[in-house]
Amino acid sequence: MATPVLEAIDQTQAPPQGPPRPNVIYTWLTTVDHKKIGLMYIAYALVFLLVGGVEAILMRIQLAVPNNHFISPQVFNQLFTMHGTTMVFFVGMPILFGFGNYLVPLMIGARDMAFPRLNAFSFWVSAFAGLLLYFSYFGASGLYAAGSAPDVGWFAYAPLTAKVFSPGHSTDYWTLAVFLSGVGSIGTALNIVTTILCMRCKGMKMSRMPLLPWLYLVMASLVFVAVSPLTAAQIMLTLDRYIGSHFFDTQAGGSAVLWMHFFWIFGHPEVYVLVLPAFAFVNEIVPVFSRKAMFGYPAMVAASVSIGFISLSVWAHHMFTVGLGAAGNTFFVFATMVISVPTGIKIFNWLATIWGGKIIFATPMIFCVAFLFQFLIAGLTGIMLSAAPFDWQLGNSYFVVAHFHYVLVGSILFALFGAFYYWYPKVTGKMMSETLGKWHFWLFLIGFHLTFDFMHVPGLLGMPRRIYTYEAGRGWGGWNFIVGVGAIFQAAGLLIFCYNLVRSYYRGKEAGHDPWDAWTLEWAVPSPPPVYNFAIEPTVNSRRPLWDLKHPEDPDSDYE
Amino acid sequence: MMNTSSTIPVEGAIEAPWTLPYRGTVGMACLIVAEAAIFIIFVVAYIFYIGKSISGPTPAQVLELPIFGTICLLSSSITVHFASSALRKNNLHGCTAFLAGTVLLGAIFLATTAREWYHLIYEKGLTIQTNLFGTTYYSLVGLHATHVVVGLILLSTTLAFSLTGHLKEEHEKKLEVLSLYWHFVDAVWVVVFLVVYVLGR
Amino acid sequence: MAFLAPLFAVTALAQSPTNIFAPAATPAHSIFGLSMLVLSVTFGIFLVVGGLLLYALIRYRHRPSDSDHEPAQIYGSNQIELSWTVIPILIVVMLFLTTTRVILRTEAIPKPDNTMDVTVIGHQFWWEYRYPKLGIVTANELHIPTSDKANPKPTYLTMSSADVSHSFWVPRLAGKMDVIPNRVNTMWIDPPDVGLYLGQCAQYCGTQHAKMLLRVYAQSPEDFAAWASQQQKPAQQDFTGNPTAAAGQTVFMHNACINCHTVKGTVATGRFGPDLTHLASRDTIAAGAVQNNPENLRRWIDDPNTMKPGSLMPAMHLNDHDLDLITAYLTQLH
Repeated sequence: MATPVLEAIDQTQAPPQGPPRPNVIYTWLTTVDHKKIGLMYIAYALVFLLVGGVEAILMRIQLAVPNNHFISPQVFNQLFTMHGTTMVFFVGMPILFGFGNYLVPLMIGARDMAFPRLNAFSFWVSAFAGLLLYFSYFGASGLYAAGSAPDVGWFAYAPLTAKVFSPGHSTDYWTLAVFLSGVGSIGTALNIVTTILCMRCKGMKMSRMPLLPWLYLVMASLVFVAVSPLTAAQIMLTLDRYIGSHFFDTQAGGSAVLWMHFFWIFGHPEVYVLVLPAFAFVNEIVPVFSRKAMFGYPAMVAASVSIGFISLSVWAHHMFTVGLGAAGNTFFVFATMVISVPTGIKIFNWLATIWGGKIIFATPMIFCVAFLFQFLIAGLTGIMLSAAPFDWQLGNSYFVVAHFHYVLVGSILFALFGAFYYWYPKVTGKMMSETLGKWHFWLFLIGFHLTFDFMHVPGLLGMPRRIYTYEAGRGWGGWNFIVGVGAIFQAAGLLIFCYNLVRSYYRGKEAGHDPWDAWTLEWAVPSPPPVYNFAIEPTVNSRRPLWDLKHPEDPDSDYE
Repeated sequence: MMNTSSTIPVEGAIEAPWTLPYRGTVGMACLIVAEAAIFIIFVVAYIFYIGKSISGPTPAQVLELPIFGTICLLSSSITVHFASSALRKNNLHGCTAFLAGTVLLGAIFLATTAREWYHLIYEKGLTIQTNLFGTTYYSLVGLHATHVVVGLILLSTTLAFSLTGHLKEEHEKKLEVLSLYWHFVDAVWVVVFLVVYVLGR
Repeated sequence: MAFLAPLFAVTALAQSPTNIFAPAATPAHSIFGLSMLVLSVTFGIFLVVGGLLLYALIRYRHRPSDSDHEPAQIYGSNQIELSWTVIPILIVVMLFLTTTRVILRTEAIPKPDNTMDVTVIGHQFWWEYRYPKLGIVTANELHIPTSDKANPKPTYLTMSSADVSHSFWVPRLAGKMDVIPNRVNTMWIDPPDVGLYLGQCAQYCGTQHAKMLLRVYAQSPEDFAAWASQQQKPAQQDFTGNPTAAAGQTVFMHNACINCHTVKGTVATGRFGPDLTHLASRDTIAAGAVQNNPENLRRWIDDPNTMKPGSLMPAMHLNDHDLDLITAYLTQLH
């Protein structure tokens, strides 16, 4: 049954020559439009990505040779704390919320998010939080001769964070900045869930919703139950530091392990919060560039939801070496291994989508191809870590660092790059340069593998994390050197990407509505979309409304 | 030149009416889930530290069941429910009366908590610094009291609107959302009461 | 990407004193066995899935000669989806059971008989070792007897921390175990071969986490007994024939040193810093970070921050003369 179509012509009158237009800055500062807010989140995150990247490069230079004196231990400890905190809270969360903000209303046929003013508030709170964290370099006092930025690690274990071991205010900058970021995250998550449940266009039952909003729904739900424990723990930490309470005060009978439980009850679901949107991007890009529908949509939804639930039960696999006892460790081994089943199902479904298709290796797709291999490897090293006794060796070593960077960079960042190249034409109306895109891809790929493949080895050779230098006789030097070289390649790729983003805005080819011949609602509106998104509220009959329009003889609605 | 036309799929007539939940209720439900998670962590800390204080007064030594305050707070859930249903039936005076009752009962609860704390601090020597019990008790009950204060501010504002005639039947859904928050605050008190005053003593 | 497997293989052969694939005691051996199984299974999965992916990407790439039609749209297949759910579940069950077995064999066994008991206390940034049954207190270099398979005498470590969380990791002997304040963790090691086993703190504990090194000296029972009897003796106090050392002893006992350090049998009874009773018997100072020789020792006492910045020992602000004397004294504490 073919879907009737309406030519919707934008009949908005040109504004009369009245009072002068408000200037650009005022517009962006006061906007409540989800698209502008989404772009601000993304731009903000890109700036912090570069800052966090510089922090990483400084650390890699220090570690390139044994007994190096490039950076003092105090500065190094601040660098890894800031690098981790920045990348998780001021790059990962904002950039993914940014994409969600921009795309979710468009993909469900809505006009904006459910609570536009809350949306703006959440952005500005999060943005302030990042600036607050970096203000610590100027404003905070800390350990003698250390001053300034927090240096307790992004995970801020107790009792190192107690006032007696971390005097001054540097730790408090960490606590407050992350707390505020959490407030912003909960606000945006609330918006995403409400938008998806309450603002879908006619005919878009949950079972007809594209996979990106589904994954954002799971991700946002996770945020409520994951970020809140961290918020609670930070309130407790601040009470300890300032009012003399004893939550984590081991001298008064408090427990260092309790902080770990609270932190990881946040920390583990947090990484799923970060990875689920990456899955979402791949779910949209891979079918379009394989020219096939997603294989096993119901299973993909079920797998994503179960990943969300199971991720709440695995947190203590970060604590296998704490001495929880055989029963505790065994439970968490089981839960962690079980999560590999729905994750594997997703990989197989992607494989089956590609299978029998007509694969086009445009830039968005090659980033997703790299994602597929790299995410597979990241999952497999995760299985190694889930075997608790193996983790007793691998835990807290560079093997773990390599594993999670394989997820954060090799999977999430690569999927994000794919998403940039894929949706940039929709946002700006211009295509990004394919040539520069290929340069970006290959440089970054080589750099990524040089750094993170070789990084596994020092971990296997006994190198722990968070050390500012190491002894010469351990056999770690050569590997660390190669790891550092890879960082340079990644930096080069990233700079080319940033250049591509700017250059294409002015010199890119015109994109039109639908440069990729795709099937979801955002490709039905002009590029860039008008502020109201859809002139008329759409009605959909299947998961791929534009496929139905383009193939009226064989619409998806016949098969669902 | 920007292309301003678009091709949007549109159906003629749709069979069943397309209704989705009210945004306010869903948003409040999300907030409640997040807040519940925060409370759960404080409750877990309380339970974890039961019996682990190395000094100072124990719960059994200093705590008394706050029966009166609890009855007031739980009754305020009933009054706010009636306020909401009164508004739905366009009974504006009834709504005002029940809102006032809710605010009053909530304020009485806060007063009983304040009195209890005064007694604990000045007569029993229990502060947040005293021991693990003090730490977890004041933080949990205090967090709840903070949420009661926020709720009372919102309810008082609504009461003010109602008294000045600005609260109308069309605001019914919004009052429903607020009462949802208030019911949550009461539900948390039930948990706190059971964990602190029953289980922990 | 199949790069990782050869890398791991190279690692196994690498010469490194902290290679986890070169186990030298039973706990490390148990972990090694499990790790080989897990590595084989994951490598197998990688070959199959990665291989299929690679094949699909090549076989189904769009070629210019292709027709313009879209390929057949396949929405799912219950049989295929069921099989790739069931097979991973079976793999998970197998891995889980094997892992549980190793956990039980290492963590859940009761304390072995006939153990050498050592209490380990983690500090910022050094290790304290106490042998309760032998009356020995020492620091930073852990001496243990080797454990013969026929007549095992494992060393049983009871561990806690005096300040923040640390972690005891000597890869060739065992997996790591965290050392946490207000908590007691235990582990055991039983190297059969004489040797020096290296490791370091594996839980970020502050500024000098990187230089909180571990040195475990596994000695033959006879050598260990000799070491132990020497360690049990109180500090040397008779320096007739060595006036510099005698003078150094006086300077030491009249300075703030005694507030943080213990020298058994003297007025120095401080517990904040390492026990110095037999300092000269150690190869290293500063928790393994610095070779133990008079020049380094002198420099350390003068200002520890020049060698281990962030160390909690303050610069002692002694004049050159006193520094020489104290160094001469401490180098005699065998």
